[in-house]
Amino acid sequence: MTTQTLPPGDAEVEPEGVRIARQRHSDGQKAERRLGLLLCAPAVFIMLAVTAYPIVYAFWLSLNRADLRTPDANEFIGLDNYVTVLSSPIWWTAFGVTMFLTVLGAAFELVLGMVLAIVMHRTIIGRGLVRTSALVPYAIVTVVAAFSWRFAWTQDLGWLAGDNAPLTGMWSSLWIILLAEVWKTVPFMALLLMAGLALVPEDLLKAASMDGASTWQRFWKITIPLMKPAILVALLFRTLDAFRVFDNIFVLTSGANNTSSVSMIGYNNLIGGLNLGIGSTISVLIFLSIAIIAFIFIKLFGAAAPGEGEKR
Amino acid sequence: MSTAVETPRRKLAWSGANLIVLVYAFIPVLWIVSLSLKDTGTLNDGKFWPSSPTRDSYSQIFNNPDFLRALVNSIGICAIATVCALVFGTMAAYAIARLEFPGKRLIVGVSLLIAMFPQIALVTPLFKIETAIGIFDTWLGLIIPYITFALPLAIYTLSAFFREIPWELEKAAKMDGATPFQAFRRVITPLAMPGVFTTAILVFIACWNDFLFALSLTSTSRSRTVPAALSYFQGATTFEVPTGPIAAAAVVITVPIVIFVLFFQRRIVAGLTSGAVKG
Amino acid sequence: MAEINLRNVVKRYPDGALAVDNLNLDIADGEFIILVGPSGCGKSTTLNMVAGLEDITEGELIIDGKVVNDKAPKDRDIAMVFQSYALYPHMTVGDNMGFPLMLAGVDKATIKKKVGDAAEMLELTQHLDRKPANLSGGQRQRVAMGRAIVRSPKAFLMDEPLSNLDAKLRVQMRTQVSRIQKTLGTTTLYVTHDQTEAMTLGDRVVVMRGGIVQQVGSPTELYDSPRNLFVAGFIGSPSMNFLPAEIKGDHLVSALGEAAMPDHVRQAVHGQASGSGVILGLRPEHFEDARLVGDKPGATFTAQIDIVESMGSDIYAYFSVQGSKGAQSAELDEIARDAGQDMSAMGEEITARLDAGARVQSGSPATLWYDTSKLHVFDAETGQNLTLGAGAQLAV
Repeated sequence: MTTQTLPPGDAEVEPEGVRIARQRHSDGQKAERRLGLLLCAPAVFIMLAVTAYPIVYAFWLSLNRADLRTPDANEFIGLDNYVTVLSSPIWWTAFGVTMFLTVLGAAFELVLGMVLAIVMHRTIIGRGLVRTSALVPYAIVTVVAAFSWRFAWTQDLGWLAGDNAPLTGMWSSLWIILLAEVWKTVPFMALLLMAGLALVPEDLLKAASMDGASTWQRFWKITIPLMKPAILVALLFRTLDAFRVFDNIFVLTSGANNTSSVSMIGYNNLIGGLNLGIGSTISVLIFLSIAIIAFIFIKLFGAAAPGEGEKR
Repeated sequence: MSTAVETPRRKLAWSGANLIVLVYAFIPVLWIVSLSLKDTGTLNDGKFWPSSPTRDSYSQIFNNPDFLRALVNSIGICAIATVCALVFGTMAAYAIARLEFPGKRLIVGVSLLIAMFPQIALVTPLFKIETAIGIFDTWLGLIIPYITFALPLAIYTLSAFFREIPWELEKAAKMDGATPFQAFRRVITPLAMPGVFTTAILVFIACWNDFLFALSLTSTSRSRTVPAALSYFQGATTFEVPTGPIAAAAVVITVPIVIFVLFFQRRIVAGLTSGAVKG
Repeated sequence: MAEINLRNVVKRYPDGALAVDNLNLDIADGEFIILVGPSGCGKSTTLNMVAGLEDITEGELIIDGKVVNDKAPKDRDIAMVFQSYALYPHMTVGDNMGFPLMLAGVDKATIKKKVGDAAEMLELTQHLDRKPANLSGGQRQRVAMGRAIVRSPKAFLMDEPLSNLDAKLRVQMRTQVSRIQKTLGTTTLYVTHDQTEAMTLGDRVVVMRGGIVQQVGSPTELYDSPRNLFVAGFIGSPSMNFLPAEIKGDHLVSALGEAAMPDHVRQAVHGQASGSGVILGLRPEHFEDARLVGDKPGATFTAQIDIVESMGSDIYAYFSVQGSKGAQSAELDEIARDAGQDMSAMGEEITARLDAGARVQSGSPATLWYDTSKLHVFDAETGQNLTLGAGAQLAV
């Protein structure tokens, strides 16, 4: 009613006024565009310079034999490195270890994070104290926490170890690595989930309880569906982060007894073995894995975001 | 679950829950503190609390030039990286929150991508490039990747803060006779300060926590940061792990950050969650 | 203080949307002008153009004799009060009010004095050292006023400054705004969507719709002689009732029956062919219980009363009348649609405001009288008020 839109496509009979408006507008817009790009330029430049070029370079290296110990034998070998890596049991063991830590880690973190989020959100006494102390694991350097766990499970030395040496066995080591990972990241997960909890209107929960829903039903039927976007975001972040696990393994076992993650074998080949070709191949494969995980999650977002609750 | 009815039983139940959280959060910290205070005689007694606390481990590490050097490196590198990330991040975040320009979505997408980037994939190329241009094993060699990975965090957190400053305040400043620069300095900056401060803490912690780059892009104590130096403590003596000094060093780099975080708890919670919800 | 003139001002957005079309307005020095209309009518755009927060596409904006189209807001020397107040949360009340002076480089002692004076006027003296977050809504509103006052600008611009207050406070602040403006005598342009504010505050009111000025005039003028259906329906509360009607000789036939037209109406519509469709407009306050009227000239009819609301001083009676005797008006339908009403084939809903002594009951028929001398006749097609031509024009 107030807008008089022009018929599309007849720019030639465009009224004088529109032209003036467009021109005036574009003057201001031009200045705004220039300022916007100018302000973003340094950040974008740094981010791209440090990631884009190197990743292309890593891809190039992965197609070459590039061993620093035998620099004369370096040459283009196509996909041979990928064949080498993908047919190696070391890669698949490390991939299995990484998936084990990622999947179980994300699952434990989600459950414990939710519990912690509810405690922080709902507790009737000492809320500040709880929220504050929950941040402690987040604030501690991963390596420091890893040393703490390692010493705790070192035979004779540690208060948790007694006469055993759990860090010398594969499965016991993996569970300890998992514990260290989960311990460190549950608070972060809980904070993200708490932000989601805060978005659930109190009135809705009251209405549900008036409608006769039990605490449990309110949680599953109201809170969880409304929090779904927050949960998915938190899970995505954590899954991608967990897939990169390195610090804890390095300190706890150094990858002994088949406990290396993909990042660990990548590091070992690059820095330890100085085999840049193989190392870069592993890097590219990790990059691809992360891209696939992100793609799956984002597809999931796309399916879940618009019609909440109706889907399932 | 609904409104807080503070019956004694509920209070008791919540006290229990809170206690579990406290134990959960502090046990590993207390354990490493306890280890750092044990003397050589009781170090291997496997008990949680030290029976005869000493400061030996601390005097040992504070007389260790490698550790002191690493401490200086950590503080210097992280501080410089934080400042740079904040300056560039603030500029970009203001533009993203307030201005309309082409490629904005792309920039947001790129920074999200980098936040999820596997750092290991960069280790080789960065190693090669840094060696080639001569910044391998220097402060700069670590500062640059730190800034890169801190930028997405800074941009997300800061743009969430900028978005919360009402548009009308800027208009009001214009009407009150302020130039764009005056409006930025007198109105926007003071209002954004808490956000900038919070972001500074988050970015600093992220840099302080890094291990992979510190391990891969350094080769001497010239620019090795504490987390990396810690792992070299063990290599120093061939078979025996210097547990006490590692524990003491760990406490030294942990306690200041923990105190800082505890002090600014509210702001950190706001900062960590602001970007997440509005995404 | 200054005159403000808008000459053929047009605001067109780059997508071609026309927000304000050919607006002409001369605001005298010290005048209190209200811009009123439904949302999207262009009133806020107009205010922002005067402020300098939005570009003027075409036309001229003249403040104090100078064209200021291309001047930045800070060079126009006008102050603005925002709907959200836009107080700087990190500054005290005193610093907020002194901010424009500080930017202008005024020395501290003068700032202190001017802020002190304004604070006294607004009863804010004891709050000068507090932060806006610690103030009530009404106090914040006064600080926003104070920030505008201290710099003694050429003009005040106010963008719905009272709409965030609760009803009672709004009435209080309305009189205060009026008092301050009278005391200072500063030219003021005030935007609102509330017709009560428009009627009570302004020297003159500008009614806008779809970017076009419908009528400019004093509140009484707008009430007595609305130029078209839109102004008639927008000004006055409860709004004017509209009924399709037909002209038959000297009589007007509508769902309320047949009524003899008073002289000025008859003269005004004599050009219309007999039997042509018009819209009859009657304000609720021009109805009365037939028993209380005596033999004043007018017309009576009987209707089944649906609902009776007693306000103490008055009674509101709601009823519907069947059968459109006259033309359908596309113009009227559009206005109703804009207002969110659904005027379907249900018959016409009428509101009557009767004396407290009227004896009407919901569910019972009542005989009501209406004042034919106050009725308006509108052209069904154009929506123009036909009765303005003669009698009403004399009153201007």
